[in-house]
Amino acid sequence: MTFSPQLEARFEELLRSCPPGHKRSALIPMLLYAQDEVGAVTQEVVEEITRRLGLKTMEADEVITYYSMLRRKPAGKYHIQICTNISCMLTGGLELWEHARKKLGIGNHEVTPDGLFSLEEVECIGACSWAPAILVNYDFHHKVTPEAFDRLIDTLRKLS
Amino acid sequence: MSGMLYNEPSPLEVKVLTRRFGLESPVRIDTYLATGGYQAFQKALKMKPEEIIEEVKASNLRGRGGAGFPTGMKWGFVPRHSPKPKYIVANGDEGEPGTCKDRLLMENDPHQLLEGMMIAAVAVGAQAGYIYIRGEFRKCLEAVEQAIGEARERGYLGKNILGSGFDFDMFTRTGAGSYECGEESALLESLEGKRGVPRIRPPFPAVVGAFGCPTVLNNVETFCAVPHIINDGGAAFALLGTPRNGGTRLFCLSGHINRPGVYELPMGFNLLRMIEEVGGGIRGGKKLKAVIPGGSSCPVLKAEECDIAMDFDTLAKAKSMLGSGGVIVMDEDTCMVKAAMRILSFYAHESCGWCVPCREGTTWLKKLLLRFHAGEGSRGDIDLIAEVARNMLGRTFCPLGDAAAMPAMAFVEKFRDEFEAHAEGEPCPFEPSPREVLAR
Repeated sequence: MTFSPQLEARFEELLRSCPPGHKRSALIPMLLYAQDEVGAVTQEVVEEITRRLGLKTMEADEVITYYSMLRRKPAGKYHIQICTNISCMLTGGLELWEHARKKLGIGNHEVTPDGLFSLEEVECIGACSWAPAILVNYDFHHKVTPEAFDRLIDTLRKLS
Repeated sequence: MSGMLYNEPSPLEVKVLTRRFGLESPVRIDTYLATGGYQAFQKALKMKPEEIIEEVKASNLRGRGGAGFPTGMKWGFVPRHSPKPKYIVANGDEGEPGTCKDRLLMENDPHQLLEGMMIAAVAVGAQAGYIYIRGEFRKCLEAVEQAIGEARERGYLGKNILGSGFDFDMFTRTGAGSYECGEESALLESLEGKRGVPRIRPPFPAVVGAFGCPTVLNNVETFCAVPHIINDGGAAFALLGTPRNGGTRLFCLSGHINRPGVYELPMGFNLLRMIEEVGGGIRGGKKLKAVIPGGSSCPVLKAEECDIAMDFDTLAKAKSMLGSGGVIVMDEDTCMVKAAMRILSFYAHESCGWCVPCREGTTWLKKLLLRFHAGEGSRGDIDLIAEVARNMLGRTFCPLGDAAAMPAMAFVEKFRDEFEAHAEGEPCPFEPSPREVLAR
């Protein structure tokens, strides 16, 4: 399978950064960066990356089942992660989570039928002082009220 | 790329590590160089390695990731003469609930982190550095990678740096979603491309770390303090704090507070004063009930225990911890059973499963607390929570088991009355019953 030239350049830099005999050190970033481009860590991605690193596919499977961000099936175009951990819970994170499920009509780890949005209830994302916080793909949104969430969803819908 | 600030600074702050925050383009090397950047590194290149380590020891800098281990001593454990290469690793896997400071340091001043690591490299004779950043922090990763590129271009990284004969280069590694990888030995496993499960110690990473080689592994904030220690001297840094607790630290105020935010304050700053004067007091004129002083793994303090100096030793004496600086403030309307339930659900989710007492203990604590908050707990369950927690303490490879057990025990011990109020079918006194909600 082929990747974009940008991703290939990134892989090259990663491989250069591995000490001799430790190519496996590039595995987790390669899987995540490939997922960013392909949409999921598909069997094809696993086979390609493990071939390049001289690993068994099972060695990648071990890793994929461990790390919560790596997924076998694509998420929505906008993957929305809502934190409900303690600091967010104290400032309305649980209510925001319930609101988001109703607004999008989907549950945890589900994708809207149009493939635009997916939802995930997540543990602390490192935005506690600006809670409740959410991530849309890799973008943080702070102090998110249900109204702000609705506006955000409407904006993203219009963008697509 | 410009820096990102998410709250107004406080006039009570002592800005050392955050001094460049808010400048125009603080992430660029030109800004960094124009504001004294990389001078400490150049100074370090001319110092003897042991002089650098002595300076760090004199600064009383202690690990900002949570454990509070003296940094200079940690560096001193790296064998001087080793046939193996040596590595510097920065822990940017910020994941402790309540903590959001390393993200700011990387987004706003990535060169400061690089310089701290470069000084560590000179001190122990390392040849490469890795910055491990949690997967969600892609913006941090990009800022750090841009900084590394700039530093290479200007000759601060690479071969024969600034004509000194010293070779050192740096690289990033992204995580992919795992709290456990913030634990140093699990981080090293992840850095090597494996599942993030902890390693048994000894040997400690200083001797057998990344790729089986001697490694200095510190938190991002710890490295960021190093350039200031070398520039101004260890003694000056030590004087900013309290005895054995040198410097400032970034406190992350969150929860029921009027001005939540990240503030750089001297070590030993009084907690009540932090809440009242820096954070603007409790939201909505409510009363303070409790504070988790250093991130979710630190035992909760009751309001009457909060007149306390925020440093490692004082909090340890109060049977809590300074941890990673996440100050979680809870008002009088907070249900402590619910708070405990949420925190223990987190640990059950994040336990890597390697050690049975942690894997089973966190899961049972979560189940017990969920049942309890739903009004299905018995009085006997209150003691069972404490007993399950006690049986986890000290029985795991890494501190995640203790990190879950300690807060569970503190919640039960300090707020037993609230647990009793939930027992035997009683509804949560802090939440409206379903009937009341329907009546609205």
